[in-house]
Amino acid sequence: MTAQTHTTGSGLPAGGALSGAVWQRMRGGSSLLPIVAALVGIWLILGAVNPAFLAPENLVNLTLQSAPVGVIALGVVLVLLVGEIDLSVGSLSGLAAAVVAVGSVTLGWPVALAIAVALACGAVVGLAYGALSTRLGLPSFVFTLAGLLFLAGVQLRVLGPLGSINLPFESWFVRSVQQGFLPAGVAWALVGGTVVASAVLQVVARARRRRADLACASLPQIVVRTAVLAAVLSGIVAYLYLGSARGLGWSVVLFALLVVITDVLLRRTRWGRSVRAVGGDRRAAMLAGVPVRRTVVLCFVVCSTLAALGGVLAAGRLGAANQGTGGADTYLVAIAAAVIGGTSLFGGRGSAWSAVLGVLVIQSIANGLTLMNVDQAARYMVTGAVLLLAIIIDMLLRKRREA
Amino acid sequence: MSDPILSLRGVSKRFGGVRALVDVDADVHEHEVLAVVGDNGAGKSTLAGVLAGAYRPDAGEVLLDGRPVVLGSPAAARALGIAAVFQELALVDDLDVVENLFLGHETRRGPLLDEVAMEREAWRLLDQLAASVPTVREPVRALSGGQRQVVAVARALLGSPRVVVLDEPTASLGVRQTAEVLNLIVRLRERGHAVVLVSHQAGDLQAVADRILVLRLGRVHDVFDGDASYEDLLAAMTGAVRPGAVRPGAKHPGPNRAVRR
Repeated sequence: MTAQTHTTGSGLPAGGALSGAVWQRMRGGSSLLPIVAALVGIWLILGAVNPAFLAPENLVNLTLQSAPVGVIALGVVLVLLVGEIDLSVGSLSGLAAAVVAVGSVTLGWPVALAIAVALACGAVVGLAYGALSTRLGLPSFVFTLAGLLFLAGVQLRVLGPLGSINLPFESWFVRSVQQGFLPAGVAWALVGGTVVASAVLQVVARARRRRADLACASLPQIVVRTAVLAAVLSGIVAYLYLGSARGLGWSVVLFALLVVITDVLLRRTRWGRSVRAVGGDRRAAMLAGVPVRRTVVLCFVVCSTLAALGGVLAAGRLGAANQGTGGADTYLVAIAAAVIGGTSLFGGRGSAWSAVLGVLVIQSIANGLTLMNVDQAARYMVTGAVLLLAIIIDMLLRKRREA
Repeated sequence: MSDPILSLRGVSKRFGGVRALVDVDADVHEHEVLAVVGDNGAGKSTLAGVLAGAYRPDAGEVLLDGRPVVLGSPAAARALGIAAVFQELALVDDLDVVENLFLGHETRRGPLLDEVAMEREAWRLLDQLAASVPTVREPVRALSGGQRQVVAVARALLGSPRVVVLDEPTASLGVRQTAEVLNLIVRLRERGHAVVLVSHQAGDLQAVADRILVLRLGRVHDVFDGDASYEDLLAAMTGAVRPGAVRPGAKHPGPNRAVRR
């Protein structure tokens, strides 16, 4: 077989194979394009109704509001991918916030230690969930519902009779979450580094695939992709640092970093492949020799730890932990964000980026409607309608693929 | 005949109150296709499952090269050179061909997956099986029944196992695809693999089997040579009287028909 005919592996002309691949991804529901389009649409509508929404200062606020619940949603993406759910992420984030506050203020621990203990609490809860799921075979919907109540109780007990504890404003933790922003120069350096690294990686991958006689992206495609990435990243940075806008907060940078790491783990490592396989077809994965139990347990542990981290960030942002932290609709927003962002409730399909996009959609609606002086009632109703729409789309995609 | 690679000695397995296998002995040799037949519920798939490590026998032992082994999981069986293609194929629909082929034992470069090496190896295997799979980067849900079967067999061949267990590989296939799979089985035998073929399609067995083990109600009812007649097999599978064996004078196939239900 000559290199010429084998380059696409299928004998199809390269262009046909590539557009076919794009179509396949769209049909497989793994494309993020629809949700990006929806997000842009929502922004245009909200911006048209109230131009203040699109002001750089407000968008910076939007990113700061999104980071804590986004971190929680990222964990939810993982448990959904593996075909489970965690309803207790809100309570757990509230407990983590309480642990940080009580540890660092009441007990006088160093803040770093208090944060570490809070994250450890999350990991332990995740381990317990993993055991309940893989050893006893309990449905996660039920035991995480129990966890939701139990952990909310623990949160109240930890906070004690005061019910609310303020974190010292001077602590490095509160200052960096509330007022820590990436200097503009560093942000631009990051953008440049990311774009160059992406281009180099694509060119190297192309060279390897060419040597192996496999289908590979054409150079113009790489150029276009790199240009789009550069345009998007520099657009974001340029806008968020415009005028008096403060730019990228540390918590936002941490969230983005976690998303990128999770994305690489999911797409490029054996563990990530196990997660998708277990979520897609648990029995098939088991028969193929995938360590199903370990994969499920790890997803619960990472989800709970990220939920705890989300709670820590929320406490830092608020400068306090109280009985309401992580309560009310936190877990619903986190789960809704993952689903709206395109991660299937049925397991096996989804992306780390759906946490970002879903959270931005929900927080944009909340932020925009607040700017319009629309009350909480309407916000809940609009968010509920968007979630319903996302689930209907998920269901329809699934039906069509199974047809 | 050479010593068997894989043997079952007195293997029993029950599921709740159902005795799926009772005191089963079986031997698998290299360069040989051992067919396992039986009516529905005779224990064929359970036998395949025991050989492939999916089920642990309640009693009896599994011998590999004459030494007892415990096949605790399909992965453990694989590590010992026993690969299986299950009736339901065990492919993950959302994953593409390459991802399915290497699921559970992916090739890595450092900490990350080596997609290039895996994709190359996938094409090599599929070419070897003369498979007509259009692209290896398509979710397997988009493939036809025969293509899915080929992917499942190709996966079993990764790592050159000594024993390949195929559970009803032709059950859902058309005529042409069935012929392709049977060709594939002959090729496996020629390459020296021991093949265990579970089937209830008499045509498959007569085409490729060297020995035919008949299961009935979980017990080994009989072992035939590959050239056994359809009537003999059917009689053994259903428990009807074998014309010519028990009643040498009988000429009418009446008893067979009576139990065919």
